[in-house]
Amino acid sequence: MRTENQKAWFFVLPVLALVAFNALIPMMTVVNYSVQETFGNNQFFWEGLGWFEQILRSDRFQAALGRQFLFTALILMIEVPLGIIVALSMPRKGFWVPVCLVLMALPMLIPWNVVGSMWNIFTLPQIGLLGYFLNDVLGINYDMTQQPISAWITVVVMDVWHWTSLVVLLCYAGLVSIPDAYYQAAKIDGASPWSVFRYIQLPKMKTVLTIAVLLRFMDSFNIYTEPFVLTGGGPGNSTTLLSIDLVKIALGQFDLGPAAAMSLIYFAITLLVSWVFYTLMTKDDAP
Amino acid sequence: MIELQDATKRVGNVNHIKPTNLTLQTGHFNVLLGATGSGKTSLIKMMAGLDPIASGKVLMDGQDVTRLNTQKRQISLVHQFFVNYPHMTVFDNIASPLRVAGMAKSEVEGRVEEAADLLQLRPMLHRRPHELSGGQQQRTALARAIAKESCAVFLDEPLANLDYKLREELREQLPDLFAGRGAVVVYATSEPEEALLLGGYTALMEDGRVTQFGPTSSIYRNPENIAAARVFSDPPINVAHISVSGAQAQLVGGGGWTVTGMADGEYTVAVRPHRVTPYRTSEADVELTGRVIVTELSGSDSSAHFQHGEDAWVSLASGVHAYQVGEDHSFYMNPAHCRYFSQDGKRVA
Repeated sequence: MRTENQKAWFFVLPVLALVAFNALIPMMTVVNYSVQETFGNNQFFWEGLGWFEQILRSDRFQAALGRQFLFTALILMIEVPLGIIVALSMPRKGFWVPVCLVLMALPMLIPWNVVGSMWNIFTLPQIGLLGYFLNDVLGINYDMTQQPISAWITVVVMDVWHWTSLVVLLCYAGLVSIPDAYYQAAKIDGASPWSVFRYIQLPKMKTVLTIAVLLRFMDSFNIYTEPFVLTGGGPGNSTTLLSIDLVKIALGQFDLGPAAAMSLIYFAITLLVSWVFYTLMTKDDAP
Repeated sequence: MIELQDATKRVGNVNHIKPTNLTLQTGHFNVLLGATGSGKTSLIKMMAGLDPIASGKVLMDGQDVTRLNTQKRQISLVHQFFVNYPHMTVFDNIASPLRVAGMAKSEVEGRVEEAADLLQLRPMLHRRPHELSGGQQQRTALARAIAKESCAVFLDEPLANLDYKLREELREQLPDLFAGRGAVVVYATSEPEEALLLGGYTALMEDGRVTQFGPTSSIYRNPENIAAARVFSDPPINVAHISVSGAQAQLVGGGGWTVTGMADGEYTVAVRPHRVTPYRTSEADVELTGRVIVTELSGSDSSAHFQHGEDAWVSLASGVHAYQVGEDHSFYMNPAHCRYFSQDGKRVA
C-alpha cells in the first residue's frame, strides 16, 4: 500500500523560494508598477492597461522595436553563417587546436563595458586607430558620432567581433562530436564536400546550432551595455535599441509606469520569438 | 579478389601493421579474428583505402589500387556502431551511393527494394534512422552495402553493439546475404566463436600481423602455433610440457606415449578439453591421474579441472559425471589428438 502524503512539497520549497526571490517577486513588482501611476511618496493610483496602450501606440516605442529587430536580424545573418564557416575551417586535431580555441574565446572574456569603450576609442574619427585610418589614410568619410550609417556599421561589427566566437565554439563542439565513421561512409560513397556538409555536418550540428541561434537572439535582443557605451544611442536616436530606450524612460524620465509596461511587452516579445523558434526547430527532432 | 603484398602501416614511427601478405578470394566469407588492438580495423582501412599504407601493395582483382582513392575502389563498409545519414529516410540512405554514382531512378528503386526485402526493411523504408531500433539501423547500413554491389564488403564488428538475440539472428543471415554476390566479404571480430559459426575463411591476427590464414575448420584442427591453438577453445585448451627421448614422449607429471618424427628435446603439447575424458575411448589412450580442483556442470556437459604434476588440465565430457573435489581421478587422452609445439611456440607435429 502506498501512503499518500504531502512531503513532496517540502522538497520543492527551496527551489520555489529561490525562484521567488530572483524572478517572481521582482517580476511581480514590475507588473504592479505597470498597472498603476505613482507620483512618489508611495502613493499609487490605479491605471489599468493604460500604460500598455500608450506604449504600444507610441511612435518612439515602435521605432526602437524596429531598430531592435533590424539589429538582431543583421547580427544573426552575419554571425551564424560566419560562425559555421570559421568552425568548419578550424583544425580538428594537433597543435593549433588549443591556440584557435583560446583565440576564439578571448573576445567573450572581455567585460561588455570594456568592449564598448575599446570600440569607442578604436573608432573615434580623429584619435581612434580605425577612425584615423579610414578617414585620413583611405579617405573614407566615416564618423560614427555624426553619421547614423557609420554608427550602425560600428555597432554591428562590434557585436560580430564580440559574439561570433560563441557560434564558432558551439558549432565546433558539434563538429568534433561527429564520429570519423560518418566521414568514412561519405568518402566510400564518393560524396562531395557540399554533400558532407549538407547531409552529415549540418544535421549533426542542428542541436547546437539551435542553441547558438537562441542564445544569440536573446542576447542581441536584450543588448544594452556595448552600444550604450559606444554610441549612447546616437547620433540622435539612430542606435537607440529597445533596452537603451527603456532605461531612458525608467531612469532618465523616471516614468515608472510606462517603463514597467514596456518591460513586460519587451519580455513577452523575447519569450514569444524564442518559443516559436525553438518549437519549429525541434518539431521533428533527430538525436 | 583482394591481395595484400608486404603491406605495412605506420603510426608515428612504429610499424602498426607488420609486413602482411594476404589473398582474399571473391565469394569467400573471410573473418579477421583477433583481440582489440590486434590490427583488424587497420587492415580493413588499408584495404578500403581509408588509411594510407606505408609500404607494399594492395591489389583488387589483380589491379594495383595502392594509390587509388577510396571512392574509386568500389567497396562498402559497415561499422560497429550504426552509421546512417541522420536526416534521410531509410530508402534514401540505401540509395545514397547509387545516386552519387548517377544511376537511373528506376534501377535505384529496384536495387533498394531488393536489398530492403532481404533485410526485412520494407515497412521502414520511409522512416528516418532515429525512428528505428539498433538492429534495424544496422540492417539499413547492411542494405546499403548490398545495394551498392561492390567488389569488396568490409564488416567491422557489425554485430558488437547489438543485443544478444539480434546478434544471433543477424549472424545466421550474414553469410547467406552476401553469398553469390561476387564480392569479397571481410568480417572483423574479436570473438572466436563467431568465426566458427560464420565458417568460411579465417585470418588470425595478433599484434599487427596475420599469424595464420585458411579455412576456419582447418585452423581449428591444425593450428600453426601455440597462440592459434589457444584461440578457439572454451574451456581453454590444455597445454603441458613433455620431453621426448628416443620417440618416447613423457609428461612431466607422469604418463607417456610413442611419437614419430620428433627429435629429442623439450616440447609443448596441446590437446582440447573434450579429448580428455573420464573414461577410456580407445586402446591407445594414455591415463592421466590427478587431483580434481574444480568441477562445473554446463547443460549436459561436465568439466573437471585437475592438477597433473605441475600442469593444470581440464576435461570436458558430455553427460553428468560425479567427481569428488580434492580426490584423485583418472582421465584418458588419445595421443592422436595431441598437437606438438617447439619451445618458441611453432608447430612441429
